[in-house]
Amino acid sequence: MPRPVADRLRPPDGARPGWSRRAGTLTPVPVVVVDVVLKPEISDPQGQAVLGALGRLGHSGVRSVRQGKHFVLEVEGTPDAAELREIAETLLANPVIEDVELHLPTD
Amino acid sequence: MRIGVITFPGSLDDVDAARAVRLAGGEPVSLWHGDHDLKDVEAVVLPGGFSYGDYLRAGAIAARSPLMADVIAAAGTGLPVLGICNGFQVLCEAGLLPGALTRNSHLHFRNRDQGLRVERADTAWTSSFTRGQEIVVPVKNGEGRYVAADADLDRLEGEGRVVVRYVSTTPGSGVGANPNGSSRDIAGVTSADGRVVGLMPHPEHAVEDLTGPSTDGLGFFTSVLTSLVGAA
Repeated sequence: MPRPVADRLRPPDGARPGWSRRAGTLTPVPVVVVDVVLKPEISDPQGQAVLGALGRLGHSGVRSVRQGKHFVLEVEGTPDAAELREIAETLLANPVIEDVELHLPTD
Repeated sequence: MRIGVITFPGSLDDVDAARAVRLAGGEPVSLWHGDHDLKDVEAVVLPGGFSYGDYLRAGAIAARSPLMADVIAAAGTGLPVLGICNGFQVLCEAGLLPGALTRNSHLHFRNRDQGLRVERADTAWTSSFTRGQEIVVPVKNGEGRYVAADADLDRLEGEGRVVVRYVSTTPGSGVGANPNGSSRDIAGVTSADGRVVGLMPHPEHAVEDLTGPSTDGLGFFTSVLTSLVGAA
């Protein structure tokens, strides 16, 4: 029997900060999420193209679209906030043009 | 005179760059991104292409490859480095040049012969030109839009760090000068000491009448040979 649509639409394990379970084990693995977006002053032609498509599809209520990147990291042991911030700011984002948001597991 | 050309996984124009070095009178030396060996070269060219598939950001992963640590250290003591297209993106990602290259404002890959005005004829890579000289070399990129914060652009202009700027190839034709929406028509910039230069257009594709729109590109490679002789 196919899974209900709502279930299939759920984000896969690890798409949100929290805890993931590695396949075949019961050990929870910390999941860290990093979101990267262009700084407000840097124009985003990809986001503008998406906005244009929305208008053509009749979705006139959206005023602006900014496109970014979403990284999901499974880490070993307790997440080291300082090290993860370094990873986010020195590799995952280019600080010249991008802002970065780090989301650590809360519990 | 040994000029290194780095090959990254996904480099496309390393062979053309090596050929340009040879036509200019230098000895091209192949360098591999995964080595820690600059092979005693006296200058380095980072060629065009799509290093590491341009995953993450164009040039981002190549900028953290083993050989780049050696390039960054050597550039700190005056090694001339030229980044062309993807090589320019790598140099910006490596922090050797200011600013960043992002998606073209019109979202199209732009491939055409391009007019450039040489703004600095006193860097290690542009001394064969005269200031204000207009040249034509091919441009081909999808993520070539040069950006930086306005304050940083003002500072770069004030310090004379813009090396080449886009100009119309055929004035009056209606073809805009700027192929990708780059801030202030900037096509290439240099480091404070004038030894590291990056540009999006491809001088190595304009070194022979048979295949290029001009032989203007040769000047970048003869410049570095002249600067090395002068230093010797």
